Amino acid sequence: MRPFGYLRVDSVDEAVRAAAGQPGAQFLAGGTNLVDLMKLGVEAPRTLIDVSRLPLDRVEELPDGGLRIGATVRNADLAAAPVVRDRYPVLSQALLAGASGQLRNTATTGGNLLQRTRCGYFQDTAKPCNKREPGSGCPAVDGAHRDLAVLGHSAHCVATQPSDMAVALAALDATVHLHGPEGERTVPATDFHRLPGDSPERDTEIRLGELLTAVELPPPRAGARSRYRKVRDRASFAFALVSVAAVLAVRDGVVVHAALAFGGLAHRPWRARTAEAALHGAPATEEHFARAAAAELAAAAPLRDNGFKVPLAQSLAVGVLTELADRADRAGRADNG
Amino acid sequence: MPTADGRRDGADGPRPVNGRHSALTLTVNGTPHALTLDHRTTVLDLLREHLGLTGTKKGCDHGQCGACTVLVDGRRANSCLLLAVAHDGRRITTVEGLADADRLHPLQEAFLERDALQCGYCTPGQICSAVGVLAEAADGFPSHVTPDTAPSGAPVALTADEIRERMSGNLCRCGAYPRIVEAVADAAAAGAGVGGR
Amino acid sequence: MSHPPEEAPFPPGPPPHPLGDPLVRREGREKVTGTARYAAEHTPDGCAYAWPVPATVVRGRITELDTGAALALPGVIAVLTHENAPRLAPTGDPTLALLQEDRVPHRGWYVALAVADTLEAARDAAEAVQVSYATEPHDVTLTADHPRLYVPAEVFGGPGARERGDFDAAFAAAPATVDVTYTVPPLHNHPMEPHAATALWTHGHLTVHDSSQGATRVREDLAALFKLGQDQITVHSEHVGGGFGSKGTPRPQVVLAAMAARHTGRPVKLALPRRHLPAVVGHRAPTLHRVRLGAGPDGVITALAHEIVTHTSTVAEFVEQAAMPARIMYTSPHSRTVHRLAALDVPTPSWMRAPGEAPGMYALESAVDELAVVLDLDPIDLRIRNEPGTEPDTGRPFSSRHLVDCLRAGAARFGWSSRDPRPAVRRQGDLLLGTGVAAATYPVQISATDAEAHAAADGTFRVRVNATDIGTGARTVLAQIAAAALGAPADRVRVEIGSSDLPPAVLAGGSTGTASWGWAVHKACTVLLARLREHRGPLPAEGVTVTEDTRRETEQPSPYSRHAFGAVFAEVQVDTRTGEVRARRLLGQYAAGHILNPRTARSQFVGGMVMGLGMALTEDSALDPVYGDFTARDLAAYHVPACADVPAIEAHWLDEEDPHLNPMGSKGIGEIGIVGTPAAIGNAVWHATGVRLRDLPLTPDRILTARAAPLT
Repeated sequence: MRPFGYLRVDSVDEAVRAAAGQPGAQFLAGGTNLVDLMKLGVEAPRTLIDVSRLPLDRVEELPDGGLRIGATVRNADLAAAPVVRDRYPVLSQALLAGASGQLRNTATTGGNLLQRTRCGYFQDTAKPCNKREPGSGCPAVDGAHRDLAVLGHSAHCVATQPSDMAVALAALDATVHLHGPEGERTVPATDFHRLPGDSPERDTEIRLGELLTAVELPPPRAGARSRYRKVRDRASFAFALVSVAAVLAVRDGVVVHAALAFGGLAHRPWRARTAEAALHGAPATEEHFARAAAAELAAAAPLRDNGFKVPLAQSLAVGVLTELADRADRAGRADNG
Repeated sequence: MPTADGRRDGADGPRPVNGRHSALTLTVNGTPHALTLDHRTTVLDLLREHLGLTGTKKGCDHGQCGACTVLVDGRRANSCLLLAVAHDGRRITTVEGLADADRLHPLQEAFLERDALQCGYCTPGQICSAVGVLAEAADGFPSHVTPDTAPSGAPVALTADEIRERMSGNLCRCGAYPRIVEAVADAAAAGAGVGGR
Repeated sequence: MSHPPEEAPFPPGPPPHPLGDPLVRREGREKVTGTARYAAEHTPDGCAYAWPVPATVVRGRITELDTGAALALPGVIAVLTHENAPRLAPTGDPTLALLQEDRVPHRGWYVALAVADTLEAARDAAEAVQVSYATEPHDVTLTADHPRLYVPAEVFGGPGARERGDFDAAFAAAPATVDVTYTVPPLHNHPMEPHAATALWTHGHLTVHDSSQGATRVREDLAALFKLGQDQITVHSEHVGGGFGSKGTPRPQVVLAAMAARHTGRPVKLALPRRHLPAVVGHRAPTLHRVRLGAGPDGVITALAHEIVTHTSTVAEFVEQAAMPARIMYTSPHSRTVHRLAALDVPTPSWMRAPGEAPGMYALESAVDELAVVLDLDPIDLRIRNEPGTEPDTGRPFSSRHLVDCLRAGAARFGWSSRDPRPAVRRQGDLLLGTGVAAATYPVQISATDAEAHAAADGTFRVRVNATDIGTGARTVLAQIAAAALGAPADRVRVEIGSSDLPPAVLAGGSTGTASWGWAVHKACTVLLARLREHRGPLPAEGVTVTEDTRRETEQPSPYSRHAFGAVFAEVQVDTRTGEVRARRLLGQYAAGHILNPRTARSQFVGGMVMGLGMALTEDSALDPVYGDFTARDLAAYHVPACADVPAIEAHWLDEEDPHLNPMGSKGIGEIGIVGTPAAIGNAVWHATGVRLRDLPLTPDRILTARAAPLT
């Protein structure tokens, strides 16, 4: 790990000004991924600007019924917030499916969204990686890629985005708030993470010097139910092989709203727009769920050793949607009875 | 519901000594320490190499095993991923700070009684983590296995499955898990998590 | 067939008090309060820190080393390379010839060592060392028909290949046959304490604190490497954070720390980074198994072949002796057991808990289960029909063998009798449930050890032996053995272990520790007691001390085939939607002589079963064909089981009487728990799903892919 300067800031403006004035500066919040990567030599900031004590640690209900989540809210606190558990269960579930209790106590909302891929080649500075060292190549295409992408990848990068929380945020149509030298802007969570294309060194749309300050959620869909489910190699404390975040509203047996996002399949949370379009107005049955998921996954282009992810994503999506529809059905009958 | 986290901000933050070192204050097991540290120094290495508190273990140095678990302002964290400079003003509790003089913490007693350890290297992290688990459950923090139907913010009963899930950030290669689950359950049943912070 | 002596050497009956008592482990309080110090937790005055530099090529030579940038960093004291490091004398362990030449035999081999005032500076300096290489073509990929495969002459005391009868003819004639292949990937020990050492030279005397399973061997090797007398070296291994075989021999940390301390004139501390461990502290080599079983309609096995293919490195030969258990397990008049290995450009494999037995019994016990299906026999019944009267390979009688009793007692406890043998018929929603059984075995070995027993004038006792407690509870059980021999309460016996200044002892490995150390302690205490009985009047102020060793007792090979046995039962659930397999229940029933401390013994049995669960379900590694290193090097990528993976586990044992072992009547128990568990889980997965998976681990991808394929 290279030596670095350290600066603690007290306001967002101060943070952004400090970053603008110091080439090689990076923001430090929980540090659970950044410090890890600094030890690996993957990240070597010249200065760390400590934003962990900025007053961005609140979860606030918005006048429109939505929710504003400060960037330094700890993952454990966000998952436990009653407003999240009661109104956005998919988000709480996604957070609790990730990492460990210790890490969730430390990691922040902003840091979670900005965490880097766990591709083994990215983490090893002695090997090529286009994400770490543009132009050096991607050994994962022909190498160890069982855990990597089946959708949206390129010849330059087959990495996956590792956050569980980000998958839920994509399904919830969240908005990411950024504060930079040129002021504030927002990016939809579904667009925040990029596909690798020919510039895999950029994970997200965040610009140099911008600070992620908050995530906002729109009000929950009336009558919708949500669920996050994750498949992994051990029962806890492992990254997703495949995960699904789903929000489903059913009226009279017909889908009136469906939002579906996959984790573990791509360089970003994979919002399944094709599947959603197929679901809208369709009967809420397993058969239609299967058809919709298959339509989405038809675009999959698995690598040599990760073809299993496609049928896994298919069956997982069908399972989660069916479970949500059954719950809606039971609730509907209870209401009528 | 988790309450405000009770963090006590170091008044003005660490004081830079040069571009690579800062002066700061950390309270460890109730004792304040004024230190000048390399910015690269983690809380784990501070404890082990500067303060002689080697009870906190380095198993992986990357947040993947939990052997370095300590309590930061009462909440469990992987000390290997915490830069000491960023923790100016914080209160750190390590395994050495759990016993009350010669009287062991109920979790330490339970680990001994259940033989919930073998080589002992993960044990301090397991015990600190379990202290955090008891408090988190009492404070209404849910886990991956907490039923959706459980009321938000209400204390969570620590079933064996709850303990298994919540303790999964602490790897034990000796395979003491079944005994660890029993030990944590014993301590929970004895009320060790209530008012323990 | 040799005839055993008529008289059993040890009297029958239960071992005397306090053996068999569930005493709390003696160092438990230090461990739960964090005061127990491990190898990297000693910081002598002026201590420097070291950080190693691994090779980033697979095979080749170092052409240029530039340490200038590293040495220019603040706080850096030295960078050791093959150009300036102290010269080491060759020893029998070429993995310890560190920084001696420019050759790189595998990726991850250490090529330099940075030493600095602080840990942070040492790490930074290691990253700043520039190394250029001339690379050579490499091969790290093991295949069943690899052109470099050979049969080793000897595998841990037995022949590499063994034929009895006419296997080919018997197999061809057998009405019921199984001919199947299994694979076990490379596996990593990953003890929670990374390998670490602190080294200090004072007036030509080398003192090290080393994370080792045996300080006696470490001292011997250091003496040879540095050309010192044994009395010029002290090795402490007071508390050791697990080893599972990987700390059985000296590892790079202790040699490098000693070299760096000599080179810099400062005490040096070196803890190997977790990600380096797979390349430098050994691993379980991958094994490719072909098992062929031929049986008559009565289920009696007439032909048994277990042939394994594995790798070793170009540095040293190590054979994962996975075909060995097939030589002792079942009736097999016609048998072929063969090890073949290829020396590849891979890290050197070594011991990992139950080397040979763990993967070998996975394959054999899975194949036996397959044979039971072919014959439509209950798998327990099939095993009972093939219970041999004497050891099949040598005809030697078993000193004790209670496998059948374990199978029956375990079955009763597990509720096996109500099992419906049909596969894939127990469904709960998306889950399929199944149960499985497998046998376990591990050999009994005993090595010569010295021990000292001392009676103090105040009526207390002290036992000294260089045993190592790697988590087994050695201090506690040795105190019990001493107390039993002396007829004294255990709390009047102090035990000193974990230092090479103590009487020399065999390492904590091969499930030999308690028997080997314990015998020496028992002998010393027995002699001491006799001495005290002869003594008249008060003891002299300096007390009475006796030192004994067990060379004579252990030098003759036993005329008996001596093994512990067990039966493992598993219940699993398989999620048909996600492919996730979870163990719901594990139950082990063992026969391992007298159990000397049920509290610590249970922890060892259960701990072994947990590692077996990991081998079955979660632990996976592979060699990257291009880059030559393991694909799973850290604890995020290499999935040792987490707490949530592990269900309630029961371990039971029969109190087995065996007069042919040692004065305590004990067999080793540190390894048998991992044996059998993977096959029991795999067999349960078949019972749940009707699909036979033959490649470990049984991760979701494998389950889904297999279930999508036609039934096999």
